[in-house]
Amino acid sequence: MDEKKWFTISVYSENNVGLLNRISGIFLKRHINIESLNVSKSEIDGVSKFTIVVHTTLKWVNNIVGQLEKQIEVIKAFYHTDDETIYQESALFKIASNLLFDERQIQNIIKESNSQIVTVSRNFFVLAKSGRRFEIDEMYEQLKPFGIMQFVRSGRISVSKDEMPITALLQEFQQ
Amino acid sequence: METVKENRGAAAQAKTTEKKLKITGAEAIIHCLLKEDVDLLYGYPGGAIMPVYDELYKFQDKLTHILTRHEQGATHAAQGYARVSGRVGVAMATSGPGATNLVTGLADAQIDSTPMVCITGQVPRHLLGSDAFQETDIIGISTPVTKWNYQITKASEIPEIMAKAFYIAKSGRPGPVLIDITKNAQFEEMDFSYEKCTGVRSYIPSTKPDQDALKDAAELINNAKKPYIVWGQGIILGEAEEELKALIEKAGIPAAWTIMGESAIPTDHPLNVGMVGMHGNYGPNVLTNECDVLLAIGMRFDDRVTGRLEDYATQAKVIHFEIDPAEVNKNVNADVAVLGNAKETLAALLPLINTNNHESWHQEFKAKDKIEFDTVIKNDIHPSKEGLTMGEVIEEINIASKSNAVIVTDVGQHQMIACRYAKFAQTKSNITSGGLGTMGFALPAAIGAKMGAMDREVVAIIGDGGYQMTIQELGVIHQHQVPVKIVVLNNDHLGMVRQWQELFFDRRYASTVMVNPDFVKIAEGYHIEAKRVSERKDLKTAVQEMIASDKPYFLEVKVEKEDNVFPMIPSGAAVSEIRLK
Repeated sequence: MDEKKWFTISVYSENNVGLLNRISGIFLKRHINIESLNVSKSEIDGVSKFTIVVHTTLKWVNNIVGQLEKQIEVIKAFYHTDDETIYQESALFKIASNLLFDERQIQNIIKESNSQIVTVSRNFFVLAKSGRRFEIDEMYEQLKPFGIMQFVRSGRISVSKDEMPITALLQEFQQ
Repeated sequence: METVKENRGAAAQAKTTEKKLKITGAEAIIHCLLKEDVDLLYGYPGGAIMPVYDELYKFQDKLTHILTRHEQGATHAAQGYARVSGRVGVAMATSGPGATNLVTGLADAQIDSTPMVCITGQVPRHLLGSDAFQETDIIGISTPVTKWNYQITKASEIPEIMAKAFYIAKSGRPGPVLIDITKNAQFEEMDFSYEKCTGVRSYIPSTKPDQDALKDAAELINNAKKPYIVWGQGIILGEAEEELKALIEKAGIPAAWTIMGESAIPTDHPLNVGMVGMHGNYGPNVLTNECDVLLAIGMRFDDRVTGRLEDYATQAKVIHFEIDPAEVNKNVNADVAVLGNAKETLAALLPLINTNNHESWHQEFKAKDKIEFDTVIKNDIHPSKEGLTMGEVIEEINIASKSNAVIVTDVGQHQMIACRYAKFAQTKSNITSGGLGTMGFALPAAIGAKMGAMDREVVAIIGDGGYQMTIQELGVIHQHQVPVKIVVLNNDHLGMVRQWQELFFDRRYASTVMVNPDFVKIAEGYHIEAKRVSERKDLKTAVQEMIASDKPYFLEVKVEKEDNVFPMIPSGAAVSEIRLK
C-alpha cells in the first residue's frame, strides 16, 4: 500500500480556461510532483483529456483521483498502473547535418532505433522517435557523444487496455 | 407591397421591444441575485465593481447591501448568514486588494462546506494581464479555496454563469463560488433572460443510496453490541436532523458530534453523548476505541477528531455515510460506505434497523461522564477558585437564553469551552470556524447570523485575540443597529497558544501576552452599550441584562489569565490517550 509506483492518471474534462491551474493545484497541495503532463482532445467531441504521470503511493493516487473528480468541470478521472496501459512518449533530436554524412554510427543508430528523419537542412537534421521512456533515453545516450543541438521529449500519452466507461457516462448525461 | 410594409412595421416594433429588454451587465447581475431570492448581501465598493454598486443604489428597496468595514468581514458575515438560514450567503468586493481580502473567508467556507457566492469586480478585458491598477489574478488565487470559480468577460455570459454559481454553491456538498466580472462586462448591454440552473453535465452533486450498501450497513448495526454514531455537519447541511434522531432512538445508539455537527440534536437528548475530538468529551473519545461498529455520518475524520490515525477505532467496523465520494477512505478506511445526502440515506436505512437499547453500553458512557464531571466540568462551570472561568460564563448564557441562542464563536480556548458547555435546543445554532480555525470569524459571522435569523438571540463569544482581528465590524453593528450580543472572554493572552506553550514548549511564552485596550470604551465609541465584569458576584446580572436587551450589547468578562482547556488529546496521541489534566 505504501510502496511508490508509477501511475498514469487520465482526466476527462470540459475545455475551460483555468482548469489546468485547478488540476495542477491538487498535486501542489499534496506536494506531489507531476512527472509528465499532456493535454489533448479525447475520443469525445468537446472533451479534453489530461494524461498525468506521477510516482506515488496507491493511497495518494486514490486521494488525488477523488479530488480530481470532485472538480466541477472534471467529468471523470481514472488511474492506471503501467501494465494496465499502452503508453509512449515522443522525442525530437536536432543534430548537425555534417554528422549524418560523416559518422556512419549515426546512421546505424537511426536504423536500430526505428526513428525517422523529419527534416534535413544545410545545417541540421531532425530525428523523431516515439516509444517508451527508456528507449528514448538509450537513443539520447547514444547520440550524446556526437553532440545534440536540441532535444525535447513530450509527456506520456496512453490508452488503457480496459475500457474507460466515459462515453456511456456522457451519453447518460445527454439523455 | 402592403405585406412587406406590414412586415417592416412589425420588425421595427420588435426591435423597439428588444431595445427595452436590453440592460447593462451590472443591472443583469442584480436581476440574477433577485432571481436567486437574494435580498441581502455584504460587501465593499471600489473602482472595478462600481457599475454594480450603481445598480445596487437603484435597487435598494429590493436588495439590502451591508457595507462591512473590511472584505474579510463581508465573507464571514455571508457565512454566518448561510449557516443559520441554510441559504446561500453573498459577498461582493472590488478587484485587487478587495478580492484578495476575500481569500480567508473563501478558504473557511471551502473547508467548512458553506454555500457562498462571492462576486468580484475586475479590470476591463483589454487591460487583463497589463498589471493595471488594482489588477490581481483572483481566479488563480482563489482556485484552491473555491468549489468553482469563473471569470466573466462578456455581459452575455452573466445569467448562465450566475445561475450556475448559485446551483454549485448550494448543491451536493456545498461550498464557495467566486465569480470575477471584468468592468467592460458590467457596462456592456445585453438581452436579459434568466433560467435557473438544474444541472451541470460534468458534476454529480449527490447519488441515490445504494441498496446493497444500506443492507450491509444495517446488518453490521443490527449485530453490533457496542454501536456508536459520530455525526458531523452533513446532518445540518442535509437537513437530516429528524432522520438522525429517529435512527438513534430506534436503534438505541449513543451518538456524539464533531464541532461542526453540534446542535443538530438537542444537547439534552439522552442519546446525545457529547463532542468528539481534541477538546471533546472524555467518554466519546475513549469509547471510540471500544465500540464494535462506528457509524460516521456526514463527517470527514478530521485530524482534530481522530487523533493518531493508526490507533483510531481500529477494533471497529466502520460505516461511513457521506455525500462526497472523495471523503470515503481518505483518512479512515470504511468497511461499508453509503454515498448520498444524509436525509435520503438515513431515511432509507431506518426501516432496515432493528429496535434496540444497548443499556449496558450506555452505562459505560455515563461512567466516563462522571469521571469527566468530577475532574473537569465541575471546576469549569461551578468553580471554587476566585477567578472567573470561561465555563461559568457559558453556563450563565445557557441559563439566561434558555439554551435557545445561536452561539457564534471565534477560535481558541473560548471556542472549545463554548462548544463544550453551550446547550442547544435548536439546530443550525452553533456557528464556528471549525476546519480553518479562522481567528476574527465570530464578530462578522454573528452579524450575518443575526440577519439570517432575526427572531433568534445571537450571542458571539470571542477571545480578546480574535476579537481584535475584525473589531472594526462594530461599525456595521452600530450603523445598522444589529442586535447581536458580544461577549469577549478576556484573559489578556492568546490562550490556546499559551496553553500549548505551557504544556509542550516548556513555558516559553513567545508572543502570547496581550496588552489590551479598554474594550468597553471601544464599544462605547461605536455607541454600543457596554459593560465589564471581573467578579463572580456581578456575572449573572450582567449576562441577564445583556440577554434582556433588544439592542446591540457588549460584555467583557475578565477571566483567569492562565486557565487551560481539558480534556485534551495531545497532538499525535490516540483518542483513548485523552488527558483529563
